Amino acid sequence: MNALVEFFRPHLLPLLYAVVIVAVLPLIAGYIVLLERKIMADMQARLGPMRVGPHGLLQPIADAVKLLIKEDIIPENADRWIFWLAPLLSVTAGMLALAAFPFGPAFQIADLNIGLLFILGISSMGIFGIVLGGWASNSHYSLLGALRSAAQLVSYETAAGMAVVGGLLLAGTLSTRRIVEMQAEQGTWFIFLAPIAFFTYLVASIAETNRAPFDLPEAESELVAGYMTEYSGFRWALYFLAEYTNMVVVASVATTLFLGGWLRPFPGTTWLNFLDYTPPLLMLLLAGYCFYRTPRQPVKVQQGFLAAVGLLCLLLAVILALPLLPLAVGGIEAQSLRPAIHGGFWFLFKVFAYMYVFMWLRFTFPRYRFDQLMKLGWHFLIPVSIVNVMGIGVALVLDREAGWPLWQALVLTTLLTLAVAAYLAVVGERKDSAAVGGAERSA
Amino acid sequence: MSDTRASGFLPQSGIETTVLGADEIILNMGPQHPSTHGVLRVKLKLDGEKVVESECIIGYLHRGVEKIAEHRSYQQFAPYVDRMDYVAAVSNGLGYCEAVEKLMGVEAPPRARVIRTILTELQRIASHLLWLGTHALDIGALTPVFYCFREREEILKIFEKYCGARLTTHAFRIGGLQYEAYDGMEQDVRRFCDDFATKIEEYEQLLTENRIWVGRTRGVGILTAEDAIAIGATGPVIRASGVKWDIRKAMPYAAYDQYQFEIPTGKNGDTYDRYLVRMEEMRQSRRICLQAIENIPAGPIMARIGKVLKPPPGEVYHAIEAPKGELGYYIVSDGTTQPYRVRIRPPSFINLQAFDRMVRGHLVADVVAIIGTLDIVLGEVDR
Repeated sequence: MNALVEFFRPHLLPLLYAVVIVAVLPLIAGYIVLLERKIMADMQARLGPMRVGPHGLLQPIADAVKLLIKEDIIPENADRWIFWLAPLLSVTAGMLALAAFPFGPAFQIADLNIGLLFILGISSMGIFGIVLGGWASNSHYSLLGALRSAAQLVSYETAAGMAVVGGLLLAGTLSTRRIVEMQAEQGTWFIFLAPIAFFTYLVASIAETNRAPFDLPEAESELVAGYMTEYSGFRWALYFLAEYTNMVVVASVATTLFLGGWLRPFPGTTWLNFLDYTPPLLMLLLAGYCFYRTPRQPVKVQQGFLAAVGLLCLLLAVILALPLLPLAVGGIEAQSLRPAIHGGFWFLFKVFAYMYVFMWLRFTFPRYRFDQLMKLGWHFLIPVSIVNVMGIGVALVLDREAGWPLWQALVLTTLLTLAVAAYLAVVGERKDSAAVGGAERSA
Repeated sequence: MSDTRASGFLPQSGIETTVLGADEIILNMGPQHPSTHGVLRVKLKLDGEKVVESECIIGYLHRGVEKIAEHRSYQQFAPYVDRMDYVAAVSNGLGYCEAVEKLMGVEAPPRARVIRTILTELQRIASHLLWLGTHALDIGALTPVFYCFREREEILKIFEKYCGARLTTHAFRIGGLQYEAYDGMEQDVRRFCDDFATKIEEYEQLLTENRIWVGRTRGVGILTAEDAIAIGATGPVIRASGVKWDIRKAMPYAAYDQYQFEIPTGKNGDTYDRYLVRMEEMRQSRRICLQAIENIPAGPIMARIGKVLKPPPGEVYHAIEAPKGELGYYIVSDGTTQPYRVRIRPPSFINLQAFDRMVRGHLVADVVAIIGTLDIVLGEVDR
């Protein structure tokens, strides 16, 4: 027994983290959906969910309950086992990938030395869930959705991978924690050193998570619901969870690699230290808004609920403010906890900011057509990202061998890459106009 | 003509479902599908995602409107026509009322004709707004639909204030109008028109120069002018192909001869041109409304006709420019209180014929774009 405890002792904390992530993630995904609906409503001149709980705050719970008690239908001609397996594969892949992220300097399940490789590998496993699900449904819409998804993921995985390599060259390591620490040492985020890599990754990651304007696999107006057409109830919810988990994953990759992970903006600049006060102030603001809205709720229960939310925000504000105060409890300086507590805040903040861009694009743009999507991927993104990797490589060589300052070399190569991108865009445009009508008209 | 099916002039015998190539599948779109605009069913033969052949199957919303007409008096039938193109009920009513008036040899008084024109043009804007929103939604732009409905709501409010109904309005009566223009109608219309000028710019900002939008619509679903004329397409569909054909100019009715407006035409006859044509039409409709509201003549709103309508035996064909194209009523009277036969020429039904030739060789994603750009309403196709 003792041996068992001894064996597990070093794994206790990671286990706890894993449980936390698995337990909390569906809730977070639900609230991301609510947030998305609210943001969508804001952009579309309406209110969004307002009925369940104050400002629709309980909507995710209601949705989850509805999905759980819905009839679970497996189509007659479906391949039952694969139909059952597919959504699980998708969710598992998404969640596994979260294991390697440092959500803060203190919150990481596993600091793998191949961290980023692991994340990329595992998260692309999710595609099996989609393809198998589409195939097992035995429906034409599902099949078309699955095929689109497979082609799309293969194309954009390449571009995303190349973009990640750009960041990796600068970091010189695959360990996610080391990548963030490298950015702290450089005193700047990699987005400023490799902007093209970041934007390539942004586009590729939207495509990879099947989000609009690249949401062809589940294009509602064309394929009904794509690979999810035949799914209902809990299985459907799993696919949904997988989609949002994947969003969190790609946002976390971008945060870790390009946006400085748990670091606050401009970590090396001392005169910007006042930025350390933003987390508690933001929470305070949120709490204030909740209390301001409380008396305006129509029902007593809703008033109580909103007040409780306000108190929660207040509590968070206090927690976030603690490390800023010169306190010491039991020999532990409160200020020494700052990276741990604020790190988590900044990481999540950046992840949400990244996802906000996703949503913003989704509500602004129409959907690409399949051939256009492929053209964008293969004729533009992949060449640009490859050239970008070469450019960063050249800049690093110039820095190390010829002694150029790194930023000068990077500016030079970035400009060169931009020129290549412009050339590709112009050439692609010319090809486009030559092929107006795209499809040949069969007589 | 050897290949009659490909030419499309003769009725198709339907897709052969038993003989499929190795790479071909049959995809059934509709009647339950998010973007077939009601209950259109499209059978597609696909090679991968490319459409090899298509077949429209209609009739899921058939209500026998034309037959019903034979058992109702002339006035009783008027509300039924609102249910055909239910997003442009006012236009339907105008066509029917004018057709019966022509049959009886009466004319609505000038005041009634101007108010009819205003309401019909507002209806055209409302119908085009609905088209724009849903078309954009089909192509994947989620937001314009809400902006469009916001403006459409203002028009529906004007209808509601005028006649109490928003959708199936039954706004006009044979011989003129049932209701006077309500107090403040002029201000309401003017306010709407003033706001709308900036609103339409907003929609254009979202779409017109958007690379994805242009990529998805330009060169998609090309309908040549010859084809459009051959199948009898009308409305924005034929105008986008470059044919300047608008019944408001060609055979003016209501009060259209009094107003200045342009007929926008396209060049390529593709989805993008149809989009531009409809956008410009909304601007022109706004222009007509503003001119009409300036000067509404005083006088009666109802011609002197009896309570019981008994048109003399004979027949009449009267067509108007509905938002979707030429909406014609062919009415045969045998001198009784009920029409002997009413035949309706619905623009959606005729325009839908172009579907197969527009869709061939395109991808599945273009199919929904083409259904959207034809702007069909199934209530009108099936009647």
